[in-house]
Amino acid sequence: MANVLAVIEQKDGTVKKSGREVIAVAKQIAGSLGGSVDALTLDASGAAALAASVTAHVKQGGYAAVVLAASSTGKDLGPRLAVRLDAPLLMDVTAIGVDGGRITASRPVYAGKAIQQIVADAPLTIVAIRPNTFTADTGEVKTSAASAATGSSTVKEVKAGGQGVLDVGEASIVVSGGRGMKGPEHFHLIEDLAKAFGNAAVGASRAVVDAGWRPHGEQVGQTGKTVSPQLYIAVGISGAIQHLAGMRTAKVIVAINKDRDAPIFKVADYGIVGDAFEIVPRLTEEVRKLRAEH
Amino acid sequence: MKIAVCIKRVPDTETRVKVGGDGVSIDEAGVKFILNPYDEFAVEEALQRREEGGEVVVVTVGPDAAAETIRTALAMGADRGVLLKTDKIPADALAIAKALAAELKDGGYDLILFGKIAVDDYNHSVGTMTAELLGMPCVSAAVKLTVDGRRLTAEREVEGGIEVMECEVPAVITCDKGLNNPRYPALKGIMAAKKKPIETKPAALGAVRLTLKTLGLPPERKEGRIVGEGVAAIPELLRLLRQEAKVL
Repeated sequence: MANVLAVIEQKDGTVKKSGREVIAVAKQIAGSLGGSVDALTLDASGAAALAASVTAHVKQGGYAAVVLAASSTGKDLGPRLAVRLDAPLLMDVTAIGVDGGRITASRPVYAGKAIQQIVADAPLTIVAIRPNTFTADTGEVKTSAASAATGSSTVKEVKAGGQGVLDVGEASIVVSGGRGMKGPEHFHLIEDLAKAFGNAAVGASRAVVDAGWRPHGEQVGQTGKTVSPQLYIAVGISGAIQHLAGMRTAKVIVAINKDRDAPIFKVADYGIVGDAFEIVPRLTEEVRKLRAEH
Repeated sequence: MKIAVCIKRVPDTETRVKVGGDGVSIDEAGVKFILNPYDEFAVEEALQRREEGGEVVVVTVGPDAAAETIRTALAMGADRGVLLKTDKIPADALAIAKALAAELKDGGYDLILFGKIAVDDYNHSVGTMTAELLGMPCVSAAVKLTVDGRRLTAEREVEGGIEVMECEVPAVITCDKGLNNPRYPALKGIMAAKKKPIETKPAALGAVRLTLKTLGLPPERKEGRIVGEGVAAIPELLRLLRQEAKVL
């Protein structure tokens, strides 16, 4: 059997961007194996409850691969499917291929300091792809919905984050602040710049998270989140190796730092040397103007 | 409460990665190995929850040198260690989870804790897989945990919010940053750890169906440039972002 199941997440009835990326990867694998793609949509959260339903669907369909997003739901669901289907799991995949009928993948390890090439040797392989890495599919796909059974752990409630708060791992633009911001009271400058872009998330270095200036959910780096946005703006971040590991796959990196010799300038496409407290408010103003024009 | 904490020996996060002679693993020369940072949250959580008569057992899959990582957890305050020995940790997380599940299944544990991720292979899988193999409920990447009798409530961060999860113990929890502030081993603890028992036995790994072909370094980013100094550089930066990089 060479068919592929795409497991895609929905929110409020709309397929998430990661879901369209999953479909694209599923089509690629199915194309190489000479099979077709079915799609299963997940509405509810709570991987324990979803795992049973997805497992039953996979067993019925007889698939060669199951593709899902390595989102917070996918990172929980993928390992459960691997056990229930006794299949190997390729987690956080950034490139995919088929070689002699076997699925091969690239995945970053050591927070992106190195890339593994890995080959799966099994009749069924689970592939969890890193969001924001593959080009989304825009075509129509026939979908069916997974039902959430009762799992051994249940979601009691979902507390929403602040209104309009974007997750640093999902946003296409990330504005991050480091110790150069001098204190938590100055992070409104970072938040304002993020808001000016309209679709940006706020990130932070390990130093400022450890100091308690920012919540740990915002931390970018080897002991935080690994991000691959279109644009990453690092403000007052010197660029410790463990931070660089978490953001080096951004398409474009901008660094604003006082210290011309800061390591962050080695990975930044564009750098501005100077005082963040002068540059960031002005940049915010200019970005607002720019967006108002378009 | 009897608690198991599954830990891993990993290269320090400050390590500059070089590819080793075998082409699939890192060159370990000069590399400092540490207790996986997320596992520190798991050890700390276990120690805070150990009651009178309770026990905290540290379990790892790894080479002989992983005994030192167990010692770190023992120095923090854990009671004893189990080293499931394998010279090579496989790339297949399910194979590792099977070894852990085989060790843990008859242990009578109320709680089994993991770090949410190991900062070397980034699989984010072994804890959840072990729970499934044991037939226990699991909350992954927990930032808050309360246990009231048999009832367990845990919070996990998801995109744009927090999921509040409920289940019964025995349960498996994988721990995220924010759960607690791990203690540093004190001198007294380090001395005491030398006398605590570590049992070594072969790891009963499951079938390995993922094979590493190569380990490579990511492409170097092309040399960037300093656009200018101070606010005067902003117009040029925006022009480059729009016209050259085309991200705005």
